[in-house]
Amino acid sequence: MNIAVCVKHIPDPNVPPQMDGKYLKREGIQGVLDPGDEFGVEAGLLLKEAHGGEVTLVSMGPAAAQEAIRRGLSMGADKGVLVTDDTLKGADALVTARVLAAAIKKAGQFDLVVAGVESTDGYTGTMPGSLAELLDLPQVTFAKTIEVTDGTVKVNRQTAEGYHVVECSLPALLTVTAGVNEPRYASFKGIMAAKKKPVETWSVADLGLAGEDVAIKQDVAGQTPAEERKAGEVITDDGSAAKRIADFLQEAKVI
Amino acid sequence: MPTIWVYAEIDNGKLDPSSLELATKARELGDVEAVVLGPGATEAAARLGEYGAEIVYASDDQVYADYVAQPHVHALTELIGENAPDMILFAMNYDSRDIAGRLSARLGSTLMSNVLEIESVERAKTAIIGGTIIVDVALEGAPKILLARAKSFVAEPLEGGEATVVPVETTVPEEAKRAKRVERHEEAATGPKLEDAPVVLSGGRGLQGPDNFKHLEDLASAIGNTAVGATRAVVDAGWVPYSYQIGQTGKTVKPSVYIAFGVSGATQHIVGMKGAKRIIAINKDEEAPIFQISDLGVVGDALKIIPQLIEEVKSRKG
Ligand SMILES: Cc1cc2nc3c(=O)[nH]c(=O)nc-3n(C[C@H](O)[C@H](O)[C@H](O)COP(=O)(O)OP(=O)(O)OC[C@H]3O[C@@H](n4cnc5c(N)ncnc54)[C@H](O)[C@@H]3O)c2cc1C
Ligand SMILES: Nc1ncnc2c1ncn2[C@@H]1O[C@H](COP(=O)(O)O)[C@@H](O)[C@H]1O
Repeated sequence: MNIAVCVKHIPDPNVPPQMDGKYLKREGIQGVLDPGDEFGVEAGLLLKEAHGGEVTLVSMGPAAAQEAIRRGLSMGADKGVLVTDDTLKGADALVTARVLAAAIKKAGQFDLVVAGVESTDGYTGTMPGSLAELLDLPQVTFAKTIEVTDGTVKVNRQTAEGYHVVECSLPALLTVTAGVNEPRYASFKGIMAAKKKPVETWSVADLGLAGEDVAIKQDVAGQTPAEERKAGEVITDDGSAAKRIADFLQEAKVI
Repeated sequence: MPTIWVYAEIDNGKLDPSSLELATKARELGDVEAVVLGPGATEAAARLGEYGAEIVYASDDQVYADYVAQPHVHALTELIGENAPDMILFAMNYDSRDIAGRLSARLGSTLMSNVLEIESVERAKTAIIGGTIIVDVALEGAPKILLARAKSFVAEPLEGGEATVVPVETTVPEEAKRAKRVERHEEAATGPKLEDAPVVLSGGRGLQGPDNFKHLEDLASAIGNTAVGATRAVVDAGWVPYSYQIGQTGKTVKPSVYIAFGVSGATQHIVGMKGAKRIIAINKDEEAPIFQISDLGVVGDALKIIPQLIEEVKSRKG
């Protein structure tokens, strides 16, 4: 079973984000594999262990996005593809989907394409749907559990009021959410092995894309700091905090 | 006047309340029309009419309930081809994002997510970096596809609003019937709904285990008209059902009072609750980010405070 996993390289979420003009600064700062995509890599590895085949990581981003791919390779993925091109700076979700779709087509034949439900930095949450459409695949999204048997994938899909069981035949696109599995740590051996695994780097032209395909249709026209909520009173509980909270609830007229 | 469409999600015959928020907003932007696909659609059309939709394209076909995303994209593509709306508004829900993402690729249309405000057919706003920076986005092409976060707009009915129902006649092709919903599990919630309750209590990992959530439920019954929610960390740990989750990938709540027990205040949680009128947080760690947005912060042990608060509320209510 051959699996392509989308992996995004994002600015380290534990470091306060910086802006580079209109965009989130991505070059020259500490980046990581999106923690949400670690679940995707783990899902790919578990399926490979159960059904055989290969896991290919696919990413679009600056040259430094190699690090995210290396991280996934050290967890156990087999190879990687990075699409990097100056013209893609500020790419919106649709352009990203077109680039990843072209890269996945060029990289081979896959039974399953896996992505995260939403990225930690951009959280548009629509790239996977667009990707499924461009690859003409059905989509099973928001997976909390995954089961693959006889060419069918079946998931428990999170919903507002519980979950639905959704199934479809392969090939398909799958999105995973946290809690679907427990991503493994990369072992020292894994890290060493990752250095020798193949990673291809492609440009937009290598994918046969040009002009309209990669034209960005959304532009940041301005930005303003959000109205901040002010921190109020902070007290340390000396046994009377419950009373203070109850006072507050009375003032708010909810009790 | 531009034509603004609202994609109104319907599940089990129940119209998503966000669609009424979107219809209300759409009235400021142009002529409002709606699309609703699935069993119960025709009946729901009247409701959409009350909130400003002049035309509602509706189909009660079961196919839209049975299969995910692709049938809806097929129908929408045909309808858009015939009617050429300028903008389509979706709520940032589970089904709607799948549909909007596919539709964007099918039409080659620009799509914007997490929309908080729509100025015009060319301009909309969203927040980035955990809601700290508001960006104003210029949109090109047509139709523009926007996904708005729940509760970004207030639903207000229109005096005498009435919709003309136009049946959607298309036949969904076999190749669009692929991802099938084979079972539905709904977690029956007692008490008021999380989205509507005037008081929301939310528990995080600081509650240390599922048993302590029961105490939170007890506190909710003591206060009355109160719902219990949770962080994703807790939902993932299986302490409470998915339907409790508040935040970026969960529900958006805007109660009169929100009380966080053992919640750190990660940005993905905050986007789902920072619209609360008043926020109280109880956390052991005085550095917890949740305190930065709280009107009343208590540095203390939630496990100790919950039973005391139950007693206190009970005695005051008499
Ligand atoms: C793409 C993406 C989407 C996400 N979507 C969501 C979402 O929708 N909703 C969401 O909630 N999260 C979401 N998250 C996860 C989020 O980043 C945090 O991991 C999560 O909100 C943390 O939950 P928590 O506050 O319960 O746990 P923690 O961060 O572990 O915090 C526990 C807190 O409890 C305190 N504590 C411990 N013991 C006690 C005690 N006895 N009394 C009082 N306080 C105590 C600690 O000091 C700590 O502050 C998302 C993450 C990603 C990457
Ligand atoms: N530039 C990218 N490279 C690789 N995968 C991506 C990229 N952008 C988005 N994805 C995938 O799509 C998911 C959803 O992203 P988004 O739609 O940006 O919220 C992510 O979790 C990734 O799996």
